[in-house]
Amino acid sequence: MTKMASKTQSAKKDAKKVLDVVEEQFQTLQILNEDGEIVNEAAMPDLSDEQLQELMHRMVYTRILDQRSISLNRQGRLGFYAPTAGQEASQLASQFALEKEDFILPGYRDVPQIVWHGLPLYQAFLFSRGHFQGNQTPEGVNVISPQIIIGAQYVQTAGVALGIKKNGTKAVAITYTGDGGTSQGDFYEGINFAGAFKAPAIFIVQNNRFAISTPVAKQSAAKSLAQKAVAAGIPGIQVDGMDPLAVYVATKEARERAINGEGPTLIETLTYRYGPHTMSGDDPTRYRTAELDNEWEKKDPLVRFRKFLEKKGLWNEEKENQVIEQAKEEIKEAIKKADAAPKQKVTDLISNMFEEMPYTLKEQYEIYQAKESK
Amino acid sequence: MAQMTMIQAITDALRTELKKDPKTLVFGEDVGVNGGVFRATEGLQNEFGEDRVFDTPLAESGIGGLSIGLALQGFRPIPEIQFFGFVFEVMDSIAGQMSRMRYRSGGRYHMPITVRSPFGGGVHTPELHSDSLEGLMAQTPGLKVVVPSTPYDAKGLLLSSIRDNDPVIFLEHLKLYRAFREEVPEEEYTIPLGKADVKREGTDLSIFTYGAMVHESLKAADELQKEGYSVEVVDLRTISPLDIETIIASVEKTGRAIVVQEAQKQAGIAANVISEINERAILSLDAPVLRVAAADTVYPFSQAESVWLPNYKDVMETAKKVLTF
Repeated sequence: MTKMASKTQSAKKDAKKVLDVVEEQFQTLQILNEDGEIVNEAAMPDLSDEQLQELMHRMVYTRILDQRSISLNRQGRLGFYAPTAGQEASQLASQFALEKEDFILPGYRDVPQIVWHGLPLYQAFLFSRGHFQGNQTPEGVNVISPQIIIGAQYVQTAGVALGIKKNGTKAVAITYTGDGGTSQGDFYEGINFAGAFKAPAIFIVQNNRFAISTPVAKQSAAKSLAQKAVAAGIPGIQVDGMDPLAVYVATKEARERAINGEGPTLIETLTYRYGPHTMSGDDPTRYRTAELDNEWEKKDPLVRFRKFLEKKGLWNEEKENQVIEQAKEEIKEAIKKADAAPKQKVTDLISNMFEEMPYTLKEQYEIYQAKESK
Repeated sequence: MAQMTMIQAITDALRTELKKDPKTLVFGEDVGVNGGVFRATEGLQNEFGEDRVFDTPLAESGIGGLSIGLALQGFRPIPEIQFFGFVFEVMDSIAGQMSRMRYRSGGRYHMPITVRSPFGGGVHTPELHSDSLEGLMAQTPGLKVVVPSTPYDAKGLLLSSIRDNDPVIFLEHLKLYRAFREEVPEEEYTIPLGKADVKREGTDLSIFTYGAMVHESLKAADELQKEGYSVEVVDLRTISPLDIETIIASVEKTGRAIVVQEAQKQAGIAANVISEINERAILSLDAPVLRVAAADTVYPFSQAESVWLPNYKDVMETAKKVLTF
């Protein structure tokens, strides 16, 4: 009896020890610190000066896009919108590591990635307005429109990745969710399936600390979200999500592994959304303090990358202003183009239900056609 | 008595029952500090503590399973599914598990769970936030499905739902949350489940409806009155089980009927109401019973929803077809 009891006790101790050891391994990768200094030379990605400038260009452009989208939403000229400021490094540096043939499955906040992957901006605005033409991705742009159900894109990513593998294409499937998304069953199923099939997938968790109002500490007992990869038997890494270089390196390496047949990777980026959850009435002051906002704004990805590039002589105010002007101009044009899209009709939606329209829908098509031609 | 919106009446009902029954628990996504995305649980965590009112991790399926487990431990869970379009993530817990527990355990266990959830269109949400999926619920044996149309009913029906020892799906129409105020008693009262409410008496035609369509139907009835028709409007309130007695009595009185629902036409509640009428009162009918419903498409992207959603004009048009048959 005594012997058995001590055995059980030691097994219990070991289980705890395994967890401690695992959790200790998940340290945050940082290359560029808040002051724009390289703190991890060995991990520096191999990026040309032009590439570094291009990445900065995209981050500045996207910050302006966010500001304009918020103001257009307030004027009633855009519909559903989930603000992106603060998450530029997580979103854009990961997309920057991709090739055109890679397939993106975004969540609803991940519009910038699919725009930089080739979705015309006016279509992003049509998506926001709830117009189906926003979701008619052009041929050759390998993205699907943003997912609304939290986590649903994760399992689908395993499927896209397995399809890529079966087709023998040199490409990856990449998906995004937030800290809250890691609580969904779909998250676990997605990383587990991709691992079991050794499918070329990259799973990114943008841990922006809050799932609407619920802090990450209430989502899980796990110390990091990256460590959830361990249970699926796949590599996982936590990176400073405000550091574009760290996000880029982690994604680039995950892509190489995937292309080489080594299966999927889970990447957790530590980031923050400065704005509300969406523009539909969320008030972050109910669940976040101004101190926490300030703390994270000091880590801003644009600020540190700008400092870094300025020191290298690759960026200045003039360049920045050029990007801002270009962004404003292109946004204006895109809104015009979105305004010119024909008003969406119920008959359009009826036509998109089936390849062949059933009898009852044909009848309903005629009824709505009469209504809508009035 | 206080003037309350539907959302206030719901909060009031939750507070009433949290006070009265220590076994009740309110939980879901953002229901704690944030008070729910529509503020249905505003202030409740402060008042009753995190043990009774709490945020869950973000997983609808988890919320469903947790509810079943807590019910097995003698609690009376009142989970919130943030939007009813997310119900697909928790269909197994609802339709595959809690609805069957009493039956499969031969009565040993029961599931006194009230799943609250906002649903319904007209407020320009993104996809899967406005769908009327009550038909899926009503098609599931073992569930009761309740849809209030007024603040007064919301409180009385929610208290009955929570106290019911079987699972209830309690659907709160988004557009009605803050549409209007009315007198709601501050003390507790209940409205029995399975009882319809004759909102407006009439002799020429019966309109059976529920949720936001009650108000479109009442408006249509007022307009039809001006044209000399006396229209009765019956708010079903509970769509499963149906109040057959009230439905049949109304049809026997008027001899003509239509059913109005916001959901798509295919299958659904209206089809079921019509079948009940045909099976029980066909000889009382002077005309076929028709439906007003939405098109058989996915709930439309926001830009087309105003045309897609049935309104009082559609109700009038169909009513006249039956009235002049």
